[in-house]
Amino acid sequence: MLQVWKSFYARSDPAKAYSLLSPALILVTLAMLIPLGLMLSFSFFTQVSFTEIDYSFTVQRYIDFFQKNLLVSLLIKSVKISFIVTFVTLLTAYPVCYYIAFYVKKNKMLWLVLLTLPFWTSYLLRVFSWKIILGTKGVINSSLINAGLLSEPLTFLMYSETAVIITLTHAWAAFALLPLYVSLDKIDFSLIEAARDLGLSRLETFWKITLPLSLPGIIGAILIIFIPTVGDYVTPALLGGTDGRMLSNMIQAYFGKVNNLPLGAASATIMLITVAIVTMIVSYTTKKLTQRIS
Amino acid sequence: MEQKNNTLLIYTLLYFAFLYIPVLFLPIFSFNDANYMSFPLSGFTTEHYEEMWAKTNLHKALWASIKVGVVASVVSTTIALFAAKAFARYKFRGQNISYGAIMIPFLIPEIILAVAILVIWLSLGFKLGLVPVTLGHILFCTPFAMLILIARIEGFDFSLEEASRDLGENAWGTFYRVSLPLYLPGIIASLLLSFIISFDEFVLAFFLTGSDATLPMYMWAQMRFIQKLPHVLALGAVIIVFTTFIVLLAFWLRNLGQGKEKAEFGIKIHE
Repeated sequence: MLQVWKSFYARSDPAKAYSLLSPALILVTLAMLIPLGLMLSFSFFTQVSFTEIDYSFTVQRYIDFFQKNLLVSLLIKSVKISFIVTFVTLLTAYPVCYYIAFYVKKNKMLWLVLLTLPFWTSYLLRVFSWKIILGTKGVINSSLINAGLLSEPLTFLMYSETAVIITLTHAWAAFALLPLYVSLDKIDFSLIEAARDLGLSRLETFWKITLPLSLPGIIGAILIIFIPTVGDYVTPALLGGTDGRMLSNMIQAYFGKVNNLPLGAASATIMLITVAIVTMIVSYTTKKLTQRIS
Repeated sequence: MEQKNNTLLIYTLLYFAFLYIPVLFLPIFSFNDANYMSFPLSGFTTEHYEEMWAKTNLHKALWASIKVGVVASVVSTTIALFAAKAFARYKFRGQNISYGAIMIPFLIPEIILAVAILVIWLSLGFKLGLVPVTLGHILFCTPFAMLILIARIEGFDFSLEEASRDLGENAWGTFYRVSLPLYLPGIIASLLLSFIISFDEFVLAFFLTGSDATLPMYMWAQMRFIQKLPHVLALGAVIIVFTTFIVLLAFWLRNLGQGKEKAEFGIKIHE
């Protein structure tokens, strides 16, 4: 019997692959899928008192969510902020990647390492540095006041949606830079030269050749920036004030001082569903777009 | 290749400034002789560093972060090494789904992972502390480690392993004598980068630590008090220097013995 199994194993690639994968798949199942399932079931329970939960099934938490204007508006705001951040990050990072892919001749690797290096320093500290810059007694305000350009500090800089957007754009830059650079660097430069030789202007070449060919990088960047920023907690908590609060701050409150685990679980589930819907829309649009190009 | 374009070059340099200047304010103000972080700088001092070193809570938090980071990086790199080999070596049914499943923790909002682990941990009646944080960090670091290792293993000549087996080495001998030396730079890079991710991770720790603070939790608690900020600046500056050093070391190692073509980031993103 053992011999049969051994010879089957020796010939079967899937069997080998899955035995190599099993630790990772067990980890994902035990530490993520089952906990997510449990979180989902908690969203159908009711918090009776501070310590007591009623475990009978109800969809009331989801009704609660959509009846609370605060929660719905925070969800909308989270999605809006994420969209703006994604768009601004892409738009600002694209020219940098274009430059490195097509103009830099030596030591491209060094440029890229330098571009991604700040991303590895603590996220908390990067957000904190923006607090130093944008604060009422921070770098911008104190410099402007000392230069005599201002008499009162600019208060809109801190504890606002703008502060959250600026900080997130800085924090997630690497997630746009990497996929954009990879897709731009893959483009065969002779295609661009051919288009120019055939009389297309620089702008036309960009619209018709470079941009469509870099589409995979753009889509990758959109997804890996949008998904995590929807659920960002640190930046709105440190810099958002009341104006820049996002849904994750309420989720934290439900699991913390408000102590309403079921409503918190329902809010987290709704966030997850929102992320899934956006991912599907983006992937579907990409498919259509790439079909049209090719 | 294009010829020169000075506008784009200037733009790129400005973008570098945007990326770097905010981070540089921490070290600058950590040597400033004042409690507020504003210009002009008032004077040079190292007292914030002395003050930082005198905090015993900080020592405890540092030790907690090191323990969590070492366990998380070793376990996640081990798990990721097996998984990376499966993806680099074999074609099999369910490949994309398995890949997707392992990558999810890296892609979904971290707060959702944190909440899910919190719910199961409390339901099982376990106490919050460094154990659930470590579990969360293993889950979070594994996809990163796998990306780094796949980049290293891809293009590896697997006939070397087969030759070793045919010549009579057993599976462990083959791994130890043939595969490991070739994977080693990737493995060390993965260990270092996973350690840094865990060392700097905040959200999972925030939900799961209970009373045993990790270093980011310690900093978070101090940030609320304006009079305690200067020593957080000093600590932040030290962490930034330390992180930068480790990451540069990891990048250098990862590209060791790699051809120019492969020497990209070691991170393969959505193709």
